[in-house]
Amino acid sequence: MSTLLVGTRKGLFVLDTDGADRAATALAGPHFPAVPVSAVLADPRDGAWYVALDHGHFGTKLHRSDDRGATWTELPAPEYPADAGPVPNSRVDPTAPASLKMVWCLEAAHAAQPGTIFAGTVPGGLFRSDDHGATWALVRSMWDHPDRPKGNGGGYDEPGIHSISVDPRGPGRYAVGSSCNGVWVTDDDGATWTLGTGMWFGFMPEHLDDDPAGQDPHRVVRCAAAPDVMWTQHHCGIWRSEDAGLTWTNIADVAPSSFGFAVAAHPTDPGTAWFAPAHSDEQRIPVDGKVVVTRTRDGGATFDQLTDGLPQQDAYHLIYRHGMDVDGTGSLLAMASTTGSLWLGHDGGERWERVSAELPPVLCVRWT
Amino acid sequence: MAAVKFAKAFHRHTICPDATVPGATVREVLDAYLALYPSARGYALDEHGAVRKHVTVFVDGEQVADRTGLADPVSDQATIHLVQALSGG
Repeated sequence: MSTLLVGTRKGLFVLDTDGADRAATALAGPHFPAVPVSAVLADPRDGAWYVALDHGHFGTKLHRSDDRGATWTELPAPEYPADAGPVPNSRVDPTAPASLKMVWCLEAAHAAQPGTIFAGTVPGGLFRSDDHGATWALVRSMWDHPDRPKGNGGGYDEPGIHSISVDPRGPGRYAVGSSCNGVWVTDDDGATWTLGTGMWFGFMPEHLDDDPAGQDPHRVVRCAAAPDVMWTQHHCGIWRSEDAGLTWTNIADVAPSSFGFAVAAHPTDPGTAWFAPAHSDEQRIPVDGKVVVTRTRDGGATFDQLTDGLPQQDAYHLIYRHGMDVDGTGSLLAMASTTGSLWLGHDGGERWERVSAELPPVLCVRWT
Repeated sequence: MAAVKFAKAFHRHTICPDATVPGATVREVLDAYLALYPSARGYALDEHGAVRKHVTVFVDGEQVADRTGLADPVSDQATIHLVQALSGG
């Protein structure tokens, strides 16, 4: 039995499935009814579930469950210290002190660092807890880095970290994806950072077009078994790295579109990844009203369009950055949309099965 | 002493019963209250102590203008209401 956490605009749902075609499924919830769930994490080291709530009125909150959702404990939320200063390119108030707007992703650190959790936030700060979320600290080496203030909002009014991709080869090696502050790579547990290069927009003023600190990678993932291979997607196509995020190569002209937000990397095959395309930066709807998943199995040289079981007429779903995930076998996918559909993708996405078309807008899905 | 009352919407998420606490300004009153009920702090104020954007504070029915410093005076026998914005969907 596999379990999927589904964070929606109206609460957390939990799907249990046996993974078979026309699967035996049970959708439970909502936990935190009517509260937006902006990030979820099932810690593979101890089984704890973490959720980030985006209350809107009442701020961002974190909760942990040690019993698979039977009970929840509120944790302190990350706090920006008073000396963090303002967010220079904030479209809210570039003079106000940085304050937590949202936790956009939660990630468990390396297996050798039990209890260490990362939180990626809007307005662009990376937070770290070394005690299972009981206390949090802003990672100052990144926040105080001279390239961090170059970031802009992308989707939100201030920059935001949506991806923390941990390299399983050893503790302290991870990459951080920010919209729009690029991909940041560390191999010394955040003591120093290197910005990934190679991405470009194609529409910015020339001197900014390929600035690594201004890029908008939408979601950054890696192949667990070949951790140098990473994938992302931004306004100008799909990008692949073969050096753990230090340099990126463009993959353009993928049919029906190379624009989108969600990407899942096969856990063992570095040539395989899945994407959920939208029409374009300017039109964030499926091409021709057809929901498709694109899949490459040869490192991005060619792509399949997977459609079996996905709506192919009058369908206007959008899949957010965290709206697709693949399980540890690489066979069972989950995908969910802003119009409330949740699908399971069997046999590597060859066949899709809609589990629900009635959910609230889905912000994130994640296998436990 | 001032009476502090959180609107119903807060009570679903945190512990914030009606209470009477000392203080000569909104800040002093809220600090005294939140010392008794610390879990409510993050629901009303951000990490810098400012009133959250979608929360409004009233003193005897008058909306507090200083949402950052919370320096508005509070008379003895005053009532402070904390109310969430009516928004969203």
